[in-house]
Amino acid sequence: MALFLVRRLLSAIPVLLVVSLMTFLIMWLVPGDVSAEIGGTDATAEQIAQIRAQLGIDRPILERALSWYGNLFQGDLGYSYLLGRSVVDAVLERLPVTLSLTALALVFATIIGTLLGILAAVRHNSWLDQTAMVAALVGLSIPDFWFGIVLIILFGVSLGWLPTGGFVPITEDVWGWARTMALPAFTLAITQMGVIARMTRSSMLDVLNQDYIRTARAKGMRGPTVIFKHALRNAMVPIITVVGVTTGVLLSGAVVIEQVFSLPGVGRLIIGSIQRRDFPVIQGGLLVTACVFVFVNIVVDMLYGVFDPRVRDDR
Amino acid sequence: MTAEIETLPEDGGSLRRQMRKARWRAFGVFLKRLVAHRSFLIGAIILVLFSAVALFADLLAPYAPNRNNYRFILMPPSAEFWFGTDGYGRDILSRVIYGTRVSLFIGVTVVLFTGILGTLLGTLASYVSWLDALIMRGLDGLMAFPGVLLAIALASALGPSEITVIIALTVTFTPRTARVVRAGVLVVKGMQYVEAAQAVGAGHARIIFRYILANALSPLIVQLTFVFAVSIIAEAILSFLGVGPPPPAPSLGNIIADGRTYIQEAWWIAVFPGLAIAFAVLGLNLMGDGLRDIIDPRQRNHR
Repeated sequence: MALFLVRRLLSAIPVLLVVSLMTFLIMWLVPGDVSAEIGGTDATAEQIAQIRAQLGIDRPILERALSWYGNLFQGDLGYSYLLGRSVVDAVLERLPVTLSLTALALVFATIIGTLLGILAAVRHNSWLDQTAMVAALVGLSIPDFWFGIVLIILFGVSLGWLPTGGFVPITEDVWGWARTMALPAFTLAITQMGVIARMTRSSMLDVLNQDYIRTARAKGMRGPTVIFKHALRNAMVPIITVVGVTTGVLLSGAVVIEQVFSLPGVGRLIIGSIQRRDFPVIQGGLLVTACVFVFVNIVVDMLYGVFDPRVRDDR
Repeated sequence: MTAEIETLPEDGGSLRRQMRKARWRAFGVFLKRLVAHRSFLIGAIILVLFSAVALFADLLAPYAPNRNNYRFILMPPSAEFWFGTDGYGRDILSRVIYGTRVSLFIGVTVVLFTGILGTLLGTLASYVSWLDALIMRGLDGLMAFPGVLLAIALASALGPSEITVIIALTVTFTPRTARVVRAGVLVVKGMQYVEAAQAVGAGHARIIFRYILANALSPLIVQLTFVFAVSIIAEAILSFLGVGPPPPAPSLGNIIADGRTYIQEAWWIAVFPGLAIAFAVLGLNLMGDGLRDIIDPRQRNHR
């Protein structure tokens, strides 16, 4: 298991290198730069040139790349002149909001999705199965950010049960935090709920047709024991794969959902920086998010090893 | 072996004709199965309806999509304005109808480019061994950006426009498509009929197009149906975030963004364009499911 972990970690290195190169190149594509923004509308050409020299963006691309990588390895993502602080600080301050939103949505999606899938599989071809699968299909077809707006209109504006946006830190007020996070997390989860429900159903159906399930039932084991202990455990690997992919989708979905619900997360920071053309922050935000994603994938691979011993022996 | 084949021109000709007939028959059976598949049929009908609305937008829309009318600001749905009006008095129904056109155009273009690029990269990676690692690591790197985040970054770097959205989404969805093609080609490459074709002296191009791609096509088609669906949602997301076609353009995401502003007083602005997106995506998902059922019979008994 330890060897598997080390190998998996090593294989992440080329991916991270490509990721960092991409983030750098994307920003290099950009026409225009932040100097006009800092200088203001009536800055002279000399002032602009001065700002550019100060920021180091007048130097050749290779030199900039080298210095960018040099700083990167020291954990320095640059400085945002528009925010007046280092990019690492700005991103790390926002990261907990994004991560808690993603985690909460993941919990919603996984629990509701698997339960729906198990229910559908156990009552195969019944009206329950049909309804669950139609619900899953509709769930994965609706655009989640739009669903969020509909929920705000319904629960925030019409019924007035929940706030229409904004954020309360969990450290200040747990109930307030739950009230501000409930709608965004549910919104973010809706698509993946459908995906997980469908995967769980088909994976469970595969397993439920196996001989050992019949044996377990023949031995006189109770239905729930067979389903949760024998069937679900073996149906877990494909489900985990989907949950792993889901985490990435949720992480990027959070960017949009934060915008809909005015949550101060990394996504909102990135979108705001796009409008301000504050490239160090965009780069930093992208890079951190991609790194979290790569890390999540490693964790998912580890989980395969836990549920399916064949995976760790193979490699 | 080759000499023998060359000495039988007439028989070879009739054999070829027979093969062509057989191929058409197989295609007919495939079509019949598709039409008989309930969810594929429903999905196809939905997609046809959506495309018809997009194509005949000029005939269907009761008003011009960008015409301001300050006498009718924020009107709720009525007989005159079925979907209501927005803050400029523009008719939401007309804007949604024209919005389907933007969605369809971007969806189709992204599918086309993703299909071409994905096939090219996937085939190259599986066929030219020294390129494999290079291409696949590059694609892995692209896939390390979760979901539409890469598209958002690219679109913001290139500046808001329809072309930008197409480029950004193509770059985002090509890696997974290339993987699907590569996996398909790798399976087919090992088949005996490919070896047989090589043995009778078929060239690389002929083998790739006639034997390998033709048989690796089905997973690609299923994949592209889903790319289509995801592109429609992603276009809306990019527009909503302000990096899509710039505002007066009636893209569905732009209309939803307008609706977000008037969330307190005019629910209809945001609700209807979202329903249009959900409708189209539902249709494409149903088609994709149906295609996968028919192409991959292992999953058929599960529905």
